[in-house]
Amino acid sequence: MSQPLQQRTQFDPGSSLQVPERKRGLATEIWKHRKQYLAISPFYILFAVFGLFPILFSMYLSFQKWDGIGVMTFNGVNNYQFMVTDPEFWKAVGNTLLIWIYSTIPMLFFALIIAFLLNASFVRFRTFFRIGYFLPNVTSLVAVAIVFSTVFSNNYGLLNYILSQFGADPVEWLNKTWGIQLAVSIMVIWRWVGYNAIIYLAGLQSIPTVLYEAAKIDGATGIQSFFRITIPNLRPIILFTVITSTIGGMQIFTEPQVLVGNDGGVSGGGLTIVLYLYREAFVNNYFGYGSAVGWGMFILIALISLINWRVVQGGGAKDE
Amino acid sequence: MVKRKSALLLYVGLFIGLIVSIFPFYWLAVMATRTTAEIYSFPPKFWFGTHLIDNLTRVFDSVDFVGAFLNSLFVATCSTVLVLFFDSLAGFTFAKFNFPGKKWLFVLLLATMMAPSQLSLVPSFVIMAKFGWVGSFKALIIPGMANAFGIFWIRQYAQESVPSELLDAGRIDGCGFFRLYWNVSLPILRPALSFLGAFTFIGSWNDYLWPLIILNDEKKFTLQVALSSLNGIYVTDYAMIVAGTLLAVIPLIVLFLFVSKQFISDIAAGAIKS
Repeated sequence: MSQPLQQRTQFDPGSSLQVPERKRGLATEIWKHRKQYLAISPFYILFAVFGLFPILFSMYLSFQKWDGIGVMTFNGVNNYQFMVTDPEFWKAVGNTLLIWIYSTIPMLFFALIIAFLLNASFVRFRTFFRIGYFLPNVTSLVAVAIVFSTVFSNNYGLLNYILSQFGADPVEWLNKTWGIQLAVSIMVIWRWVGYNAIIYLAGLQSIPTVLYEAAKIDGATGIQSFFRITIPNLRPIILFTVITSTIGGMQIFTEPQVLVGNDGGVSGGGLTIVLYLYREAFVNNYFGYGSAVGWGMFILIALISLINWRVVQGGGAKDE
Repeated sequence: MVKRKSALLLYVGLFIGLIVSIFPFYWLAVMATRTTAEIYSFPPKFWFGTHLIDNLTRVFDSVDFVGAFLNSLFVATCSTVLVLFFDSLAGFTFAKFNFPGKKWLFVLLLATMMAPSQLSLVPSFVIMAKFGWVGSFKALIIPGMANAFGIFWIRQYAQESVPSELLDAGRIDGCGFFRLYWNVSLPILRPALSFLGAFTFIGSWNDYLWPLIILNDEKKFTLQVALSSLNGIYVTDYAMIVAGTLLAVIPLIVLFLFVSKQFISDIAAGAIKS
């Protein structure tokens, strides 16, 4: 496995003493580096106990019926069967996907625009803007949800006040499926636009200016260099932001839980998959079923990530 | 002339975005100084009121706010110190030493970043129950005290910034492995550590779902859990809830403003590297 060993076998191929010597060599090498192994071991031990084992254990649990206290009984595929036939589960899947789409598309769009604006060569106070835009991202979700609940409040919220200024009737935002989903999406957008803008900005700045200069000499217009240079060079970064927003979007929990409670509001519009999982496992104590829902969510994330990857990569292949 | 106009347009765009970003903080501060009736009055009050002290007093009367604050501070500080130690030790080792299996161990480490954490919510809770850690801060601190992202981050930085000659010189002076790490390399790693530290602290301070599941005793509530329970119980006293929220948000904003410039470029660098 290590470099020196491979070199040694090259020096005397076919020697009969080679095998025991190699073994002894490897063992000595390992023993010599025991301190280094010790130094990196905490991560692997922690991952084995709190990362890998729970994943395997959740596979086992998902085939059991268990309330967390009493006796575990084997349940076959009943948990999974219940999951795919439970309308609430599919509602949670639908809500999560809708909130993800409502939030991700405007979020990445605005982030890209802000990044372009900040990247203009003559912009001053760039650091100041970057800090201002990033501030929402370090704020706790619980706090954000509490503030936004007054904005979207059913009767005398800020948004209803703005509507009334235009002569419109107040809307009971938090009693409507779409109202809750809009509120959650806006919270997500607000919190993550700055983060993504900063990443796009770094991506823009890492594109060598020589490329643009060469394009200019060749007579390319600004729009041409945008589509031929900027977008292709930014593609891996866009893919990164799409994947992180997908993983984040599939796991939305705090915003709806604090905003409208464990049931996702009057109409259930805020019931996301993780909120559903939390409710079934930790409020209703269906531990086996909760584990099965975890796997359902995992498959969903994997599927959507794959589609994302195909779309972003596939788009690249067509361009070239 | 045309250039001037487009520059003006650009600044207008940037300022509108900035106002949208900052307004909720301002709105939070205004509401914290108003009574509940004023918060829900039409038209809304956009300027500061006079009830901040009133509201804060009620916050301290209804929940053990100081306790929750100290709990959050304790958990976040412990997590940060442990993460900094274990991640920098492992990151430094990966960057500066060769040992059998190193490449595979590092690939394995990167692969663990893809393991979905929500998948194991239930079994993780069961394990904590078996360890007797439910309701204990150990469950919040120990599982995350060495993480793949931090090790990766420190390794990148150490590869570029810790010269091997310096380590050789240290060896000649009789430094063992740990002294090479602690006395020779750690001071050089300081910029990378300050980002990782701020990142860990903010993440731990804001964590909600896991503490909500683990903490079952009000005395052990972290700030986020206490805030959310305040929000659930005292629905009618919104001014108080908002005042508590303001108190919970301020320390992080202060911390962030201190580290912000470096923090933001490091976030971007981290994203581009991965």
